[in-house]
Amino acid sequence: MSSKHAPHSAPGRYLFGSLLAAAALLGAASMTACSRSASAAESDRSLVPVRVANGKIMGQESATLTSAPNVPPPITRDYSTKVIVNLEVIEKTMRLADSVTYTMWTFGGTVPGSFIRVREGDLVELHLHNAAGNTMPHNIDLHAVTGPGGGAKMTLTLPGHESVFTFTALNPGLFIYHCATAPVPMHMSNGMYGMILVQPKERLPAVDHEYYVMQSEFYTTGKFGDHGLQSFDMEKGIEEKPTYVVFNGSVGAITGDHALKATAGQRVRIFVGNAGPNLTSSFHVIGEAFDNVYREGGSSATEHNVQTTLIPSGGAAIVEFGVEQPGDYTLVDHSIFRAFNQGALGTLSVGGQATPRVYAGVKSGVTDAITTGKE
Amino acid sequence: MIFTALLAAALAATQPPPGRVAVPAGSYVPLYAATPATRVHVDGFRMDREPVTRADFLRFVRAAPAWRRAGANATQSEAGYLDDWRTPLDPGVETLRQPVTDVSRNAAAAYCAWRGARLPTTDEWEYVAAASGTRRDASHDAAFAAHLVTLYSARAGRPVQPVGSARPNAFGVSHLHDLVWEWTAAPPSHAMPGMTMAPAEHMACAAASDGAADPSNYAAFLRYAFRSGLSDRSTVHSLGFRCVA
Repeated sequence: MSSKHAPHSAPGRYLFGSLLAAAALLGAASMTACSRSASAAESDRSLVPVRVANGKIMGQESATLTSAPNVPPPITRDYSTKVIVNLEVIEKTMRLADSVTYTMWTFGGTVPGSFIRVREGDLVELHLHNAAGNTMPHNIDLHAVTGPGGGAKMTLTLPGHESVFTFTALNPGLFIYHCATAPVPMHMSNGMYGMILVQPKERLPAVDHEYYVMQSEFYTTGKFGDHGLQSFDMEKGIEEKPTYVVFNGSVGAITGDHALKATAGQRVRIFVGNAGPNLTSSFHVIGEAFDNVYREGGSSATEHNVQTTLIPSGGAAIVEFGVEQPGDYTLVDHSIFRAFNQGALGTLSVGGQATPRVYAGVKSGVTDAITTGKE
Repeated sequence: MIFTALLAAALAATQPPPGRVAVPAGSYVPLYAATPATRVHVDGFRMDREPVTRADFLRFVRAAPAWRRAGANATQSEAGYLDDWRTPLDPGVETLRQPVTDVSRNAAAAYCAWRGARLPTTDEWEYVAAASGTRRDASHDAAFAAHLVTLYSARAGRPVQPVGSARPNAFGVSHLHDLVWEWTAAPPSHAMPGMTMAPAEHMACAAASDGAADPSNYAAFLRYAFRSGLSDRSTVHSLGFRCVA
């Protein structure tokens, strides 16, 4: 164990350090650890931290919950607090597309479910209510939770009942949550998902707009566009052949009058989730490049100048970009049949002044008219 | 007091319990079985043709004051016990034909005992409930299972519907799936041999399919998940019962 001076740049250092750490742990367990190796192990342990929930909790507050595409305001306090989250599960028939309805199972009455925002280190007390008029038991698995089942094992809740559990938000980042009651694929296919942002202590950069967009699939007995109340089709789910792939719970949820809004010169952040239950999303905004991508929802912007970012099923990403030019920007899953034929379309509508130097066109067949990009 | 007279007249006008159907001995494959070929034997018994209605349960609480909403046995149920009755002796004259719900397993068992009967075991209930309209064992009929999933889902946000409208299944038993969930007696230890955790934990994650005889039987998963959340005192607005003897 005298090789603790192995050079830090050596490729094998991490593996070696891990072995050292493991040895130190074993030593500590048997009360024979020497202080030198323990110290070396300590510096290594920060690379794969075993987190401790021992920060001071000051006061208590109720979480502000929002439905998509809205996001609760940034948390400005610089201390940890106890945050009460009240989520009610409601089963109700809702619009899936024009003239198409579906009995959705929701967290908070909307699909996707309520957006929860807490701060790294907060102690969260989550109350899961299952409305008395519901027929199914439900629970919640938040990917931000450290502990078996992510909360699910403590929250199986009958209609008309309530479960409560607490967790400390140890890992910052953007996480999805979902119902995990058997049969899980049906609960998720029926709309039981949402997102929780554990805001890093360092905060995220200031932007002008924050939006909440979540992709998901629906598996219906009828074909895409078939009118009337549709039922869940398990076979299509097993075959991973969705009838609908949508943003924010229905076809057209963020297009037309419901488009996301911004003005040229502003900065936009989108918290993008992918509930699946099956598909991976190739998230793209037509006519923009993402200046920053917090890949897979991690707490730092790891990628820059990205055209399309991959969002796994049961995962998320944060994208940030400035908007330079007015006009409509289309959000798609660039697995493009999903956008064209199954509903995965959204709109970011940007107003304001055009900058011809950024974007201008020459009309086809007209040799002397240069458009300025103005509408 | 006029109202009470009305209620008494309405109660007298409702049918007495519609009787029981003889269910012959047989076997079925439970959701959690050692292997998909493991069949559980079920002895013959007699099962109520329909769920117990509010009129039936009114007769019971009239005869057994301790089981009224605020009676001596109220602590054997959660606070939701019969809480949508207008008064402890008035379920609402227009609701008499609905299955009684918001009753605990304790109260349901007491009702059955009062009638010289008992709650069905989970095996007995599942054995009869595996029958479609034409086949006694429709457990491998994917269309039937899909139909049940639709029936269960359709109850959401809807008032409990009255008994009497459904065709009986191949055993001659009605309304096992369309109106309400139904209590069974506390599950025997062999009911879920594939489970390594408590039922409420096992049904709380994707691992619930581990040990299941047929992972595509979502109707069965919905029933087992519901049961896994119950205690003897639970009351749920969509949960009723029937008796066997």
